[in-house]
Amino acid sequence: MNETTNPTNEKPGAHATGGVAHVADPRVLLAVFAALIGLTALTVGVSYFDFGGLNIFVALGVATVKAGLVALYFMHLRYDNLFNSVVFLTGVAFLGLFLGITLLDTVEYQPGIETFQESQLK
Amino acid sequence: MATSTADNPTRNYLNDPRGVKSWLFTRDHKRIGLMFLCLVTVAVSLGAVFALLIRTELTLPGPTVTDSPSLYNRFFTLHGAIMIFLFVLPAIPSSLGNFVLPLMLGAKDVAFPRLNLASLWLFAFGMAFFILTLALGGVDTGWTFYPPYSTGTPTAVTTAVVGAFILGFSSIFTGINFLVTIHTMRPPGMGWFRMPLFLWGLYGTAIIQILATPVLAITLLLLVVERTLGVGIFDAKLGGDPVLFQHFFWFYSHPAVYIMILPAMGIVSEVIAVFSRKHIFGYKFIAYSSLAIALLGFFVWGHHMFVSGQSPLVGMIFSALTFAVAIPSAIKVFNWVTTLYKGAIDLSPAMCFSLMFVFIFGVGGLTGLFLGSLATNIQVHDTSFVVAHFHYTMAGGTLTAFLAGLYYWWPKITGRMYGRRWGQIAAGLVFIGFNLTYFPQFVIGWQGMPRRYYDYELVTDIPFITGWQIISTVGGYLFVGGVVFAAVGLIRSLWTGARAPANPWGAATLEWQCSSPPPSGNFDQPPPVGDCYVFDDWEYDEEKGYVRVTKESEDVVST
Amino acid sequence: MPHDHDQTDGPPLAHHFDSLQQQFDSARLGMWIFLVTEILFFGGLFCAYAVYRANHPAVFVDGHHFLQTPLGAFNTCVLLLSSLTMAWSVRAAQLRRRGTLVAMLGATILCGLVFMGVKAVEYRHKWEHRLVPGQARLQYWFSDEHDPNGVEPPKEFLPDREYIREHLEAAGYTDLTDEQLDRRVANLRTFMAIYFSLTVLHALHVLIGLGVLTWLLLGATRGRWTSGHFTPVDLVGLYWHLVDLIWIYLFPLLYLIH
Repeated sequence: MNETTNPTNEKPGAHATGGVAHVADPRVLLAVFAALIGLTALTVGVSYFDFGGLNIFVALGVATVKAGLVALYFMHLRYDNLFNSVVFLTGVAFLGLFLGITLLDTVEYQPGIETFQESQLK
Repeated sequence: MATSTADNPTRNYLNDPRGVKSWLFTRDHKRIGLMFLCLVTVAVSLGAVFALLIRTELTLPGPTVTDSPSLYNRFFTLHGAIMIFLFVLPAIPSSLGNFVLPLMLGAKDVAFPRLNLASLWLFAFGMAFFILTLALGGVDTGWTFYPPYSTGTPTAVTTAVVGAFILGFSSIFTGINFLVTIHTMRPPGMGWFRMPLFLWGLYGTAIIQILATPVLAITLLLLVVERTLGVGIFDAKLGGDPVLFQHFFWFYSHPAVYIMILPAMGIVSEVIAVFSRKHIFGYKFIAYSSLAIALLGFFVWGHHMFVSGQSPLVGMIFSALTFAVAIPSAIKVFNWVTTLYKGAIDLSPAMCFSLMFVFIFGVGGLTGLFLGSLATNIQVHDTSFVVAHFHYTMAGGTLTAFLAGLYYWWPKITGRMYGRRWGQIAAGLVFIGFNLTYFPQFVIGWQGMPRRYYDYELVTDIPFITGWQIISTVGGYLFVGGVVFAAVGLIRSLWTGARAPANPWGAATLEWQCSSPPPSGNFDQPPPVGDCYVFDDWEYDEEKGYVRVTKESEDVVST
Repeated sequence: MPHDHDQTDGPPLAHHFDSLQQQFDSARLGMWIFLVTEILFFGGLFCAYAVYRANHPAVFVDGHHFLQTPLGAFNTCVLLLSSLTMAWSVRAAQLRRRGTLVAMLGATILCGLVFMGVKAVEYRHKWEHRLVPGQARLQYWFSDEHDPNGVEPPKEFLPDREYIREHLEAAGYTDLTDEQLDRRVANLRTFMAIYFSLTVLHALHVLIGLGVLTWLLLGATRGRWTSGHFTPVDLVGLYWHLVDLIWIYLFPLLYLIH
């Protein structure tokens, strides 16, 4: 919940914003930045190892952790109205729906295309 | 006093302030809504001209209006594109919705008035691109712009697609505005389940506008770069996948039909309750079914692609899910019918059009089940059966509900009462004309008459098909005549109509508590919020229309 | 526009809102919804990526050899840094520290410019070897040999086959037959179509962001955002972070493939 909507809250800056918004702690910002750079190094590093088909999932996993850090701290979602997180996640979920079903279909009809192409070559 | 401005009817949003500039740069949602109303009226007139050209061409086999099949292709493409992008999508939310939404909330404006103005400007800009398309000789791809044909045809695909892209942004901006306004600006005392059902319809619409329209935007953008630069995502010749385009396109365009129908259902829910003078039956079911339609609408897009090379597995999934959408739609119809039961029904024009909606939408919805079923779909795919189904839901559904809403809120928008008889006659003409136009298309479609065909000399049993086609064309002219009759009756009232009271229908939603037409700031004081479907508090008065007779609390005073 | 605010300090309250909290919450909610539309806007391209990656993995294996991973990694860090300075700008605006705000916005703009500069270097490299999708058509249209009736551009405008062959040989694909090379050129074309669609759209967003940030910077030097009216900085911040967030996915998806 938004801690600074409480007018008696003595957090630094709560007064300056009229209490309507959360003010980020600089130490948190720097820590998040350090973590993001570290994770970038990690994702570059692991890309040199071969995990077979798992590479893309490792890369996406690291990217999602990074995206989560940006959204929670830089974009203040952690301190914001819960509904904004719901909005954000709804968007991601519908992207997943779109991507998932389209992917499922193309993977299903691809063998048909390949069979056809091979029959044309003969 | 909530109604004090009613005593001073000379100053209202229409004349305060004056001047062309005050209209073009207004941030008043009422003026923006009214300008949207004018623009969509122009669009629907243009679309209707093409509709009549198509109908006349199909009356008899062989050339009728034109001997050029490619010109016919432009007719149906322009009819479809104009009607979809410039009329049925924006008609209810952007015009009537814009006007009514803040009033129903007792608010002074939508959350972002400047964004709202931007939406209007973008709409006009997108419309200009469509006019440019017309000037460049039109476009012949069908409104769906399927590649590879659309990447190769020499007609003005690019301008039409850019136009649709811009209109998409207009739609997104309206959606953002509505969603935020409904979330943050409901007055104290109006919880989610005390909201008028029209707002639930708009809320569902806004969800779809926000989640689906961006996908259309990127699809159209890719189509433009594919056409101009040869970037191959969709065209198989360039290494692309045409079925992928159809997934992209229908991920937007199927939910988009619920952008067209949800606000229509909202209007019907309001009108039926008011003119039955009964509390709406099953409020929560209607409200939840709006959300259910909005969300389920995203799970069924593949039913447009049953014969497009989509895999059988996904086809079956989509077919099953398609049947599920029928449930919330049916819930609404049952609740409307139950609201009518034992109601004190007043057959005002708005009510006539709403009743028509329930019947026509019922037919449209039930024939949708034929199309959602895999086996029958293959039989009737791309026949006039599809055309008939689509028009029963979109023309018979959205257009009649739009007219119902227009008749319902006309006194609020213009401050004038219209001739009741004119509206009833118009409703009769539209009903007869509409069914004469589209019912025959179910019949001939089932017999194999393909859609989008210029000629049907090669179809078997020509006399049978021709007979029905003639009926359909006659009906088409009657239908358009009915709509024109309605428009004339309404416009006539601007000069001849009596001054409208604040609440001519005895409705309990908040927009009827400010004067007609409303002052620029809507309400001097926030109106008292009550149950928006309890009509017992309002009684008819010869001079003032319906006035409030019971006191809900100390500060509610009837004048 | 009439403002009913009774305080001289702090943000103006628009006439249709009841309280500053309501106004602020509305603005932020509106921005989040807009960001959702951005996610789905890019989503189409991510979907195209996923479909091609799943069905034609060779496209990506062949294609990624032509991208410079160190430049991509450098740009990732630059954008992350700009996100930090952006978040700091919001803090400075909230705490009414004009100097810090100007410095941080300036740093954000600088990072954005560096990002675009590196991107330009990368694009230029592709252009030189005629790997940019649509390049053949564009160059042909603007060349002297342009024949209005000719449908396809002649060979010298098409991708540089020798360069592609050399590059692939350096990556370990030796002794490619002409047929194999044709296939890889076609793969590369599809890869570049996806790469450029995604990164150009992203770069456009960076450019728009830079424009808005410049507007913020101009306002900041006059102290517009440091008297309590920090909402514009906050909203632009959200937008800028989203642009960063999309790049966080683009970098591994395009550059780090094996």
